[in-house]
Amino acid sequence: MTTGSARDEVLARIRHALSASPTEPIEPVRGYRRTGQYSPGAPQLLDRLTERLTDYRAAVHAATPRTLVSVLEAALDGTRRVLVPPGLPAEWIPASAVIDDGGMSPAELDAVDAVLTACTAAAADTGTIVVDASPDQGRRAITLIPDRHVCVVRAAQVVQTVPELLSRVDPHKPLTFISGPSATSDIELRRVEGVHGPRTLIVVLLSD
Amino acid sequence: MRIALFITCLSDALFPRAGQATTALLERLGHEVVFPPAQTCCGQMHINTGYQREALRLVEHHADVFADADVIVAPSASCVGSVRHQHATVARRFGRPELADRSAAVAAKTYELCEFLVDVLGVTDVGAYFPHRVTYHPTCHSLRLLRVDDKPLRLLRQVRGLDLKQLPDADQCCGFGGTFALKNAETSSAMLADKMANVLSTRAEVLTAADASCLMHIGGGLTRLSAGSRTLHIAEILAATDTADGRPTR
Amino acid sequence: MSQVFLGMPAHAPADVRALHGTQPFPAAARTALADSQLRRNLGAATATIRGKRAAAVAEVDDWEQLRFAGQQIKAATMARLDEHLIRLEQAVTERGGTVHWARDAAEANRIVTELVKAAGADEVVKVKSMATQEIGLNEALAEAGIAAWETDLAELIVQLGHDTPSHILVPAIHRNRAEVREIFLREMPGVDPDLADDPRELAMAARTHLRRKFLTAQVAVSGANFAVADTGTLVVVESEGNGRMCLTLPPTLITVMGIEKVVPSWADLEVYLQLLPRSSTGERMNPYTSTWSGVTAGDGPQEFHLILLDNGRTAVLADDVGREALHCIRCSACLNVCPVYERTGGHAYGSVYPGPIGAVLTPLLTGVLDNPTLPYASTLCGACFDACPVRIDIPSLLVHLRARSTELRAERRLVPTSEAVAMTVASWVMSKPRLFAWATRAARLGRLIARRGRIRSLPPPLSAWTATRDAPEPPTSTFREWWLNGKERS
Repeated sequence: MTTGSARDEVLARIRHALSASPTEPIEPVRGYRRTGQYSPGAPQLLDRLTERLTDYRAAVHAATPRTLVSVLEAALDGTRRVLVPPGLPAEWIPASAVIDDGGMSPAELDAVDAVLTACTAAAADTGTIVVDASPDQGRRAITLIPDRHVCVVRAAQVVQTVPELLSRVDPHKPLTFISGPSATSDIELRRVEGVHGPRTLIVVLLSD
Repeated sequence: MRIALFITCLSDALFPRAGQATTALLERLGHEVVFPPAQTCCGQMHINTGYQREALRLVEHHADVFADADVIVAPSASCVGSVRHQHATVARRFGRPELADRSAAVAAKTYELCEFLVDVLGVTDVGAYFPHRVTYHPTCHSLRLLRVDDKPLRLLRQVRGLDLKQLPDADQCCGFGGTFALKNAETSSAMLADKMANVLSTRAEVLTAADASCLMHIGGGLTRLSAGSRTLHIAEILAATDTADGRPTR
Repeated sequence: MSQVFLGMPAHAPADVRALHGTQPFPAAARTALADSQLRRNLGAATATIRGKRAAAVAEVDDWEQLRFAGQQIKAATMARLDEHLIRLEQAVTERGGTVHWARDAAEANRIVTELVKAAGADEVVKVKSMATQEIGLNEALAEAGIAAWETDLAELIVQLGHDTPSHILVPAIHRNRAEVREIFLREMPGVDPDLADDPRELAMAARTHLRRKFLTAQVAVSGANFAVADTGTLVVVESEGNGRMCLTLPPTLITVMGIEKVVPSWADLEVYLQLLPRSSTGERMNPYTSTWSGVTAGDGPQEFHLILLDNGRTAVLADDVGREALHCIRCSACLNVCPVYERTGGHAYGSVYPGPIGAVLTPLLTGVLDNPTLPYASTLCGACFDACPVRIDIPSLLVHLRARSTELRAERRLVPTSEAVAMTVASWVMSKPRLFAWATRAARLGRLIARRGRIRSLPPPLSAWTATRDAPEPPTSTFREWWLNGKERS
């Protein structure tokens, strides 16, 4: 097997390259903003998240625990087959929904019209939502293949900055950071929303 | 103030009027101008073309010539940029830390004309009169190496009679780039074509800038096309005054 | 592979075609400059993206602090690169991944080919990746009978058009919508013959075309934007969702990553995930960023291979000035602001890495004598440094490489060029004030060929100047003559 020797060789090359002019690594100065001016869930953050998600062509609907069921119904309007992850709160699950058991193949998922999930955290500054494959968010494939993703974001999950967002997620889980629906700018740098990922992203912002 | 003029080789040999205007302007503002005659060239062309060993003797010569000057002023952002950002690096490359220190000391008291007027002398109205339509090209090295920002424009706005026109896409390079203009002549000319189109769109009579080299490039293109706009170093505009016959001096 | 000394940093081998152009930059540029459609496509596209980037950056009040942090984290990482790679290897392995090391392109291609064959596949889906383009993976797989399907829209346009990429981020930037439509109509099986040239409709055609591939592929190949040593986390930043498809659906995932892509800690991503999207697409955040650490039971690929690639990077690291080029996060902001790139496009650079960063990175990877004209493909205007999110001083690197180029020629006792002779003579003359004064006076001879204040034609090599520009008529007296003669009006 040659990989062992390649490993030794590359590491030896690196050490040789550095030994000619050794430099002590300097602790980087993190002079940028690591926490926002607003605390998680602040109304200003909900407004900003809404504005920035909308700017990138996601739809955002506000809901309260009382209105949630009707808001979700509206968000799923026109879809026939709805999939939900196994750990979604029971009161969110539409009557007709199918609960993912991990057994559906990609081709079978392609026949699903919409998926409804929770999220892990969101950042207002960039309009970003993170899903981490927890039971209320599901394995990665289910938020990828169906053409509509309805994602419930609880107000308390909304932080302001990217550093705050990263500090709230577990790097060991498979993470997907979502900022609006799938998009491309590959033809003449004109932005077109909706390519391979879900073409419709509906965020339901749930406040208490 | 006793000001040592760093004329630059290009201005010395081909554009003496930029140096004459710089002298007249600084004297008019009440300062003594001296010209250390041993000065030659800062070596920028050598450095930027890959000949640092050959440039080393020019770097050293420059540090020797200007070692005793109180303050040094040059009518060229590019050459000041080389002194400030390249000389010490060249010295260190060839294991000459003591020369690097001397070069850094010279660099610390070297100024491009516009930044000297605004930052050191604290003037923006230099008493100039220039009744012409003018547009200003911020050269790359004045803009991004020296960060002179809008200082030249602040000086030009105070010139009586001057009709200042904004140059579209002003921060775009004119395509000179020293030996780039020869090594990549076609690309250089393509950049020049766009710069000239922008200059002509202002219908300015005069294009000005802080570097004789870029002006030589754009001016060479304009005269080739008989385009009807001419180039003047900014020192020549700032030195111009209202004389008895009503015509500006040049 | 022959090697003289174990552990000597090595340049990318000469047979790595994606790093070796077939002609010098000025000649390749000449062809591109004459292509008026290319010029207009590029001019429009770079102007659009420059505007978007400027707006996205202006929104961030701590942008400069982020740039400084981005620069310093990379510098600190390079200073201990071996240690970070070992930690990365350990973390990925602990989480069920397999780590391979490749000294050069051929070795990396061999590893990928064997892995694909071991998975029993004869095709792979690919996420856009600079590293796999650099090593010519698609061609190597094709030789082994394995089809590689590019799934990024621009890469698909390039692949279907039998073309090569001309931009790091938007590889088909040189194509306009009408050209893309023609390529799709010609090359895409089953495409709607009434396809219009609307970008949305073209993107939908690509969606339909690739859908089946995504749902059935057994192996995916990706690059990586970042890899976190502490956690063993790989990061892919994308827009279209093709990346998510490739990283999630096929049972086997193979990631090829340059060794310089490692960052020490998870918190380092908070810097780069802010710098990269705003610099590259001019977005606050790209639509999708995927991260994974090893394999996750029941979710995504159950087999993950990470290939750590050298292919010249250790030689870059060995250059204590040039190593800064390894900080590049491939955002392509420097391409979009470069006046040379805007006019010549990417193909003129003859490398998968075009533009200002390519003009330094390519010769650093191959050795500057293999790409001697690239460091000169710049006016040193400095726009690239201002745009670089990790503050790579590209103009200074270009100047450094120009010096390396002439020094290496001298060391190898290559015949001095006429330029080298002229430069030596000039520096000697210029170091002697009296001689210099004489030489500037002698320039006055130029007055003999001047007409109406200008010179219209000069002999070579100055004829390159006078082909499109007049030269100034030398004055009747130099500045120093005027000064020494008592400052009389000339």
